[in-house]
Amino acid sequence: MPEASRVDSFCLSDFDQSVGNHLENAVELNGNPVNNLLKVSSQTISPGPVHLGTSDRLPTSVDKGQFTYLEDRLSLLAQKVRSTNQVIIPSGDTENQEGSVMADGSPRTDISTDADTDEKNQRFDGGQSLAVGGSDSSDRSKDKTDQKTLRRLAQNREAARKSRLRKKAYVQQLESSRLKLTQLEQELQRARQQGIFISSSGDQAHSMSGNGAMAFDVEYARWLEEQNRQINELRAAVNSHASDTELRMIIDGVLAHYDEIFRLKGTAAKADVFHLLSGMWKTPAERCFLWLGGFRSSELLKLLVNQLEPLTEQQLVGITNLQQSSQQAEDALSQGMEALQQSLSETLSSGSLGSSGSSGNVANYMGQMAMAMGKLGTLEGFIRQADNLRQQTLQQMHRILTTRQSARALLAIHDYFSRLRALSSLWLARPRD
Amino acid sequence: MDRVKDLASKKAAVIFTKSSCCMCHSITQLFYELGASPAVHELDNDPYGRQMEWALRSLGCNPSVPAVFIGGKFVGSSKDVISLHVDGSLKQMLMDAKAIWF
Repeated sequence: MPEASRVDSFCLSDFDQSVGNHLENAVELNGNPVNNLLKVSSQTISPGPVHLGTSDRLPTSVDKGQFTYLEDRLSLLAQKVRSTNQVIIPSGDTENQEGSVMADGSPRTDISTDADTDEKNQRFDGGQSLAVGGSDSSDRSKDKTDQKTLRRLAQNREAARKSRLRKKAYVQQLESSRLKLTQLEQELQRARQQGIFISSSGDQAHSMSGNGAMAFDVEYARWLEEQNRQINELRAAVNSHASDTELRMIIDGVLAHYDEIFRLKGTAAKADVFHLLSGMWKTPAERCFLWLGGFRSSELLKLLVNQLEPLTEQQLVGITNLQQSSQQAEDALSQGMEALQQSLSETLSSGSLGSSGSSGNVANYMGQMAMAMGKLGTLEGFIRQADNLRQQTLQQMHRILTTRQSARALLAIHDYFSRLRALSSLWLARPRD
Repeated sequence: MDRVKDLASKKAAVIFTKSSCCMCHSITQLFYELGASPAVHELDNDPYGRQMEWALRSLGCNPSVPAVFIGGKFVGSSKDVISLHVDGSLKQMLMDAKAIWF
C-alpha cells in the first residue's frame, strides 16, 4: 500500500534524525531504550523537513549492540504507527483516514508506556467507533476495516502491555543494582579503612592519633561479624532445644563478647572520644537512639519485658527494678553531661573584653583554653561510665533470668539492633527523586 | 586521712567532690534522686583539700573524686557506685545506714 510505505519511510527517517539528536545525549538513551524510543517517537511524528538519517550522525560512544537493538525497535514502532494512524481520525471515510496521516500532529501517535496507556487505547477505541460510524463506505469494506482495526487495536494494547512489563522489570533491576552499589560502597569504605590502617601501622605514634576512629571502626566491624556468628549458634541451640548447660556455655560466650566491645570502646575513647560520641561508627537508624556513645539500657529493658514472659513475680520485680535503676543512672549521667556543657560554654564565653593589658588578655585566653581542655578530657570518663552502666545492666539481667530466658533475651536484643541496621541499609538505598 | 574519716562518719551518706568535677555532679544527683541527702565536701574549697585527695587515692579511689562513703565506710568512685546501683546493692546500703527508708 503506497500510503503505508510513505508512512514507513517518513517515520523511519524522522526517527533516524531524532535518534541521532537524542543519542548525542547518551545519558538519556543509555537508560531504557524502549522508553526513550517512545519518547523520541512522540516528538518526531510531525510534519517537518525530512532528513535522511545517517549513521555518522550518531556519536561513537553508542554501543553497537544497542544501535542494532534501537533499529529493531524503530521498525516495530513504525508498524505501530501505521496501525494507529489508520484508527485515529474521527471524521471522513476510510480513504481519508489513511491519507490524513501526514497532517496529523504528534500527541495521538504517542505510544506511551505509562499507566494512562489504557486510557489512550480507550480513546483510540472511542475514535475508532466514531470513525467507523462516520464512514459512508460500503458495509463490506466497513466489516473488513472493523476486523483490521480491531486486530490492530489488540496489537496496540498488547504492545503497550508488554512495554509496561518491560519497564517494570527494568525498574526492579535498577533498584537492586542501586542496593548492590550501596553495599559495594560500604565494603569499599571498610576496605579503604583497613588499607589505610595497615599502611600507616609502621609509624606507631602517627597511626594511633590519626587512625583511632578508623581502627575502632575496623574492630567494630569484626566484632559484629563474630557476634552474628555467636548469635546464630545460640539461635540454633535454642531451636534445637539444647540443654541448659550447653545454652549457658554459649550465653557466657556472648556476654564475654559484649565485654570485649566495651573494652574496645574504652581504648577508642582514649584515642578519639568524639568519634564514639558522634555515633558515626553506628548505622544511621541506630544513631537515632544514641545516648552517650551507645544504646540506652533502660529502653532495651522496656522492649524486653514483653518478650520475656512468662516471668515469675520475683523476676518481674527484679527486671522492673533494674529498668528503674538504669534509668536513674542514665539520668544522673545526662545531668553530669549537661553540667559539663554549661561549664564549658561558660569557660569559653567569659571574655575579658575589657581594657586590661594585652599580656593579661593572652594569659586569660590561655588559662581559659587550658580549663576548657581539662573539661573536654572528662568526656572520656562519661563514656566510660555509660558503657559501664550498659555492661552492668546486661549482667544483672542475666542474673535475674533463667538460662533459657537469658538466651531469648540476648536473641531479642540482637534481632532488634539487627533490624535497626537493616533499616539503615534500606534507608541508604532508597530511591531519590 | 583523719579529716576524711572524720567527715565521712558525720552523716550516713558522704560524697567528696571538686567543684569543677561534672561526674561528681552526676553521682550527687543520683543520691538526691534516691532520696538520700548526702553531705557534699568540695576538696578544692577545703584548706586540707590536697591532703584529703591524697588520702582518698590511697584508699584506692581513682579518680580521687567523686569518693563515696556510706555509713562511714568507703564505697568507691563513680564506677563502683553505678555498678552497685544496678545490682540493687546501693539502695540496700543506704537503707542499712538509714540514709533512706524505702
